[in-house]
Amino acid sequence: MGRIDFGRKYLQLKGPVKLRLDIRSMSITAIFLAAIIGLAMFSLMVGTLKLSVAEVFSALFGDMTGFKRTVVIDWRLPRVLAAIVFGAGLAVSGSIFQSITRNPLGSPDILGFTSGSYTGALVVMLVIKSMSFTTIAMGALIGGFATALVIYLFAFRKGTQGFRLIIVGIAISTVLGSVNSMLLLQSQAEVALTAGSWGVGSLNGIDWSHVLPAILFVLVLLIFAVIMNRPLREMELGKDAAKSHGVHFDRTQFLLILIAVALTASATAIMGPVTFVALAAPQIALRFTNTAESLAPTAAVGAFVLLSADVLAQRMIPGMILPVGVLTLSLGGLYLVWLLFHQARSA
Amino acid sequence: MVITKAELQSQTISPIRSRLGVEDVTTQYDHRVISQNLSIEIPDQSFTVIIGPNACGKSTLLRTLSNLIKPSKGHVLLDGKKISTYKSKEVAKKLGLLPQSSTAPDGITVANLVAHGRYPYQNLIQQWTEADEHAVMTAMELTNTTELANRFVDELSGGQRQRVWVAMVLAQQTPLLLLDEPTTYLDISHQIELLELFTDLNEQGNTLVAVLHDLNHAARYATHLIAMKAGKVIAQGHPSDIVTEELVEEVFGLKCKVIKDPVTHTPLIVPLGRDRSK
Repeated sequence: MGRIDFGRKYLQLKGPVKLRLDIRSMSITAIFLAAIIGLAMFSLMVGTLKLSVAEVFSALFGDMTGFKRTVVIDWRLPRVLAAIVFGAGLAVSGSIFQSITRNPLGSPDILGFTSGSYTGALVVMLVIKSMSFTTIAMGALIGGFATALVIYLFAFRKGTQGFRLIIVGIAISTVLGSVNSMLLLQSQAEVALTAGSWGVGSLNGIDWSHVLPAILFVLVLLIFAVIMNRPLREMELGKDAAKSHGVHFDRTQFLLILIAVALTASATAIMGPVTFVALAAPQIALRFTNTAESLAPTAAVGAFVLLSADVLAQRMIPGMILPVGVLTLSLGGLYLVWLLFHQARSA
Repeated sequence: MVITKAELQSQTISPIRSRLGVEDVTTQYDHRVISQNLSIEIPDQSFTVIIGPNACGKSTLLRTLSNLIKPSKGHVLLDGKKISTYKSKEVAKKLGLLPQSSTAPDGITVANLVAHGRYPYQNLIQQWTEADEHAVMTAMELTNTTELANRFVDELSGGQRQRVWVAMVLAQQTPLLLLDEPTTYLDISHQIELLELFTDLNEQGNTLVAVLHDLNHAARYATHLIAMKAGKVIAQGHPSDIVTEELVEEVFGLKCKVIKDPVTHTPLIVPLGRDRSK
């Protein structure tokens, strides 16, 4: 083994599991994981109640009881875990869509799924007039899937064409944006304010009961994504080549879209629409690793981006906790301008 | 000789005796019928070339053979069984395809692209084995791409890139190879280089089926020629037996002279065009 010069270094596993692990991708993943752990630690330590590393460890793994434990385990930890898992989920969702559309613009926030989730949540809050967390989350989930279905039906005539999907997605996204504004304008100011703040995307006030089911769901979806990653990479060769290698193209593509939509929708259901992560994380990971073959670096980058954005949003202005969506939206806007500029120049 | 009942049955089910063929196949796009009741056998160990004017159904035939299009009637037979009864990865171990257009993933190196040909042999826990490595190495040696192994596919020339795609199909290690217009967009020297490579592969025992546009390439390199027009087979056989002035006029509507190729002694088609000497 190891007689082929792949132009990259691999670690060959020879046990019952025969794998080629890309060393660069693994190193990048490890570095980001270390950064995530450090950042998570920091996030658990700081706040109105300042804690030491030892105290956080004692709360997490030791026998600490009382108020400090409540702060770490019940108040801060769900938020940190949510940022990590949803960040990874959004990034993987973005990676799947960018791979299917073969375009860095093809991410769920650009394609309109996030707007669709917002529409779903708004309908629940403003039309059905329910402010319960669970119903809003359900509304967001249904909104995301319904939007995906509409885009799928419009864009998938005689197979997929990436660009068609993007154009249809942008159109639907714009329509949904107006629907959202209309819904907000027609409702009472007080309700509209709450609904509007949901639309920014935030991890504020999140707790275990809300977050745990979503986290588990996203983790299951991520496992499915890893299993489907190999056919996904075959599909990048084009439909004919992928089919001739034995990939069930249409079925696989449908399942992948389902996974990607579910990833975005469940993250959005809990946080509200958080843009930029799905769009940028796969591209950032690609810049670092020079390959899109593995989902691990993308997931790690996504988790890091959302976690650090949330830490920044909490600490940037003393005494004021910004919604994380505000931060990612501003970053996303800058990134999008750069991406369009870059694409226009290389085209 | 005693023929068992099972053998008799298998014979009555399939009159096609070679490894690959279509039986009484009708293909259509939407409602436009491309070919009707087509039965074709691809002779084993042949280099079969399908020729014909644009829209004659030759690409459709190749796509039907490679299981990319499902015929609306009839079926494709692979090793005596309907192709639709195989699992898709089993087909991929018998039948390789060089599609007309493929895309290379971002930033992929040559060896990694060739390694994609091993997909039918891999699964979640067996993603890279000794056999995979050996197949990729052999494929790159055959196509003379070993030196390019660590290069990025994006930075190769057209001819190099096509050789890499061929290497990917060879890494699939299929006894049957289908090639959809493999020489299009290549300059003449790369076209010949590729056709020579196909002939080598054929001489090593592979069965090849190609759609080619260039009649003279077809006449020179094919061991079996299928001439199609309007969804029907007009003639098939060894080029020296079937390529005549009459056939070219019938199939392509082109007046020509057929002479002997001074190098290979295969038929060489010289179009007449309009006579400008008058």
